Amino acid sequence: MKRFYLWGVLLALLAPFALVAAPAVSGEVERQAMNITAIIMFLVFVAGTLGITYWAAKRTRSAKDFYTAGGGITGFQNGLAIAGDFMSAASFLGISGLVFASGYDGLIYSIGFLVGWPIIMFLIAEQIRNLGKFTFADVSSYRFGQTQIRTMAAISSLVVVAFYLIAQMVGAGKLIQLLFGLDYWMAVVAVGALMMVYVIFGGMTATTWVQIIKAVLLLAGATFMALAALSTFGFSPEEMFRQAVETHPKALAIMSPGSLVTDPVNAISLGLALMFGTAGLPHILMRFFTVPDAKEARKSVFYATGFIGYFYILTFIIGFAAIVLLSQHPEFFKPEALAADGAVIKDQLIKGINGGTNMVAIRLAEAVGGNLFLGFISAVAFATILAVVAGLTLAGASAISHDLYASVIARGRSNETTEIRISKIATFGLGLLAIGLGIAFESQNVAFMVGLAFAIAASANFPVLVMSIFWGKMTTNGALVGGLVGLISAVVLTVLSKAVWGDVLGNVNADGKPIGLIALNNPAIISMPLSFFFIWIVSLLDHSEQAKRERIAFEAQRIRCETGIGAEGAVDH
Amino acid sequence: MQLDSVNAIKAHPRYQELVCSRKCFAWNLTVIMLVIYYGFILAIAFAPALLGTPIAEGAVTTIGMPIGVGIIISAFVLTGIYVAKANSRFDALTKAIREDLQ
Repeated sequence: MKRFYLWGVLLALLAPFALVAAPAVSGEVERQAMNITAIIMFLVFVAGTLGITYWAAKRTRSAKDFYTAGGGITGFQNGLAIAGDFMSAASFLGISGLVFASGYDGLIYSIGFLVGWPIIMFLIAEQIRNLGKFTFADVSSYRFGQTQIRTMAAISSLVVVAFYLIAQMVGAGKLIQLLFGLDYWMAVVAVGALMMVYVIFGGMTATTWVQIIKAVLLLAGATFMALAALSTFGFSPEEMFRQAVETHPKALAIMSPGSLVTDPVNAISLGLALMFGTAGLPHILMRFFTVPDAKEARKSVFYATGFIGYFYILTFIIGFAAIVLLSQHPEFFKPEALAADGAVIKDQLIKGINGGTNMVAIRLAEAVGGNLFLGFISAVAFATILAVVAGLTLAGASAISHDLYASVIARGRSNETTEIRISKIATFGLGLLAIGLGIAFESQNVAFMVGLAFAIAASANFPVLVMSIFWGKMTTNGALVGGLVGLISAVVLTVLSKAVWGDVLGNVNADGKPIGLIALNNPAIISMPLSFFFIWIVSLLDHSEQAKRERIAFEAQRIRCETGIGAEGAVDH
Repeated sequence: MQLDSVNAIKAHPRYQELVCSRKCFAWNLTVIMLVIYYGFILAIAFAPALLGTPIAEGAVTTIGMPIGVGIIISAFVLTGIYVAKANSRFDALTKAIREDLQ
C-alpha cells in the first residue's frame, strides 16, 4: 500500500518538471532568467519541505501524531502555523490587487478577515482544546448522538474544504502559469502531488512545519517589500497617499470607502460571513488540537492575530505603493495601455496591467527588489498555496477518517492503524479530486467559492459549535436541524445570487448583464440567523428521553470545558 | 467524569467564581469587538463620506486610514488583554480547584 502511494505521488510530482525542463532551457532568453531564479528558489523550498516530511514521517506513528503532530506544538509555533494556514495567496495577491484597483476598499476586506480571531479567542479556542481531540466535530458532538452530529459536521466540513480547495487550486494554476511559465494543468498536478506527499507521509507534523516556514518567508518578504516601497516616499504615508491620488484614475476616491460595499444589508452580510466564518473553518479549528493545553491554545490565537494583522497592514502598504511605483514601469503594462511617449496612460493603470491586478504584488517585488527578489516572492506565493491546500486536505481527510469512518461507520470499534490508513487513502482521494476539480474549473469563475466557504462555515459549523459549548438546553435534534438548515440555506442562496445565477450559470437581463434571483451577494445575514433559530426552536420542542440525558450531561461537559479536568486523556500518550 | 466529582466541582466556590468571571469577561470583550467592527461596517454603509474626511487641513490622508489600522490593532490588543487575564486569574483559579480535588 505504502509503496503504491510513493510511486504514484512521485511520478505525478516529477512529471511536470520533467516536461518543462526542455522548454525552459531552450526557451526565449528574456523570460528564462526570471523563471530560473524563481524555479531554483522554489525547488530549494520543495527540497527543504520534503526533508522535513521525511523527518516528520519517522515521528508519525499514532493517530494523534498524524492528526495533531502529537499535540506538542508550542503556542508561538502554532500561532505562526495558523497564520501560515490562513494567509492564502488569495489574501496576499488578491487584497494587494484590490487595494491597487480600489484603494481603501481593500482594507475593509482585511479587517473582516481579521476580526474573526478575537471571537475565536474569547468563545472557542480554549473550549475546543479542552473538549476535543482531533476534529471540531469532537466538540460539537461531545454530548450528542455521534452518528447524526458527526455525519453532519463531516459533510459541512467537506463542502467547505471542497469549495476552498477548488478556489485555491484554480488560483494556484493560474498564478504558476504566469510566474513559472508552466502549463496550467502541470501547475495544478504539481501542487496536488506535493500536498499529497506532505500530508500522507508527514501528517500534521509536516503540514505544521510547511505552514510555519511559509509564514516566516511570507512575512519576511512582505516586510522587505513594504519597507523598500515606503523608503521611496521617505517613509511618509502621507507622501505615498498624495502621489497615489495623483496617479490613480479614481483620484481622491481611493482614500475612502467606495463601490465595493454598496448597501448596508450586503455590507453586514459580508461582515458576518467573514467574522464568524473564520471561527467555523475546519482546517483552522483543527490547529487548536496541536497544542498541549488551553494556555497554549490561547497564546496561539494571540500570536496568530498579531501576525495576520501585521500582514494585512503590509498588503495595504504594498497595494498603495504599487499604484505609484508600477506606473513608473511601462514594461509591466500591455502595449495598448501606453501613450506615444511610452508612459502609462492614467485611465489604463488598472485595466492595462499585464496579468491583471492579482499580479500587482509580484510586479512590485520586481520593481523594488529586482530579479532575485521577484524569484523569491514567486516561490513564496507557490509555497503559500501549498501550505494552505495541505492544511485543507488534512482537515478534509480527518473528517472522513476520524468522524465518518471511526465514529460513524465503525462506531468506535476501529483501531488506530486502520484509522490512519483510511485518512491516508482519503488524502490521496482528496488530492486527486482537487487536481481533477482544479482542471475542470480552469475557465470557470471561482471568485464566489471562498465567500461561499466562509458563509457555510459561519452558518453550519459555527452555530452548532458555539451553541454546543455554551447552551445547555441544546439537543441532538436541534443541532442537526439547525446545522442542516444553515448549510442548505447558505448553498441555495449563493446559487440564486448574481455570482452563480448570473456569472456562472449565464442568466442575463434584457441588457445582457448577469443577474441574480436575489439581490443578496453573501447569504450569511439570512442563513446564520436561520441556523441559530432552528437550533433554538427544535431543541426547546425536543422532549425525548435522549434530550433529557443530553441536557444533564451538559454540567460535566462544562466542567471539562472550563477547567480542562478530564482533558488530559487527549493530551498524554 | 464521575457524578460525585461533577457535583464536588460544581459546588466548589472557586469553580463558580471561575465560570462567572470568565463568562462575563469573554462576552464583554466579544461585545466590544462586535461594536467596533459593526460600527465600522455601518459607517461604511450609511456614511462613507465620514471616513473620507481628511485628518488635517490640506492632508490627503483620511481619518478612515488610522481608524482602519486602529481596528486591526484593537483586535490584537483585545486578544492580548484576554490572554493576560486568563494566564493570571483564570489559570490560578483552575489550579486551586484541581489542588483541592486531589
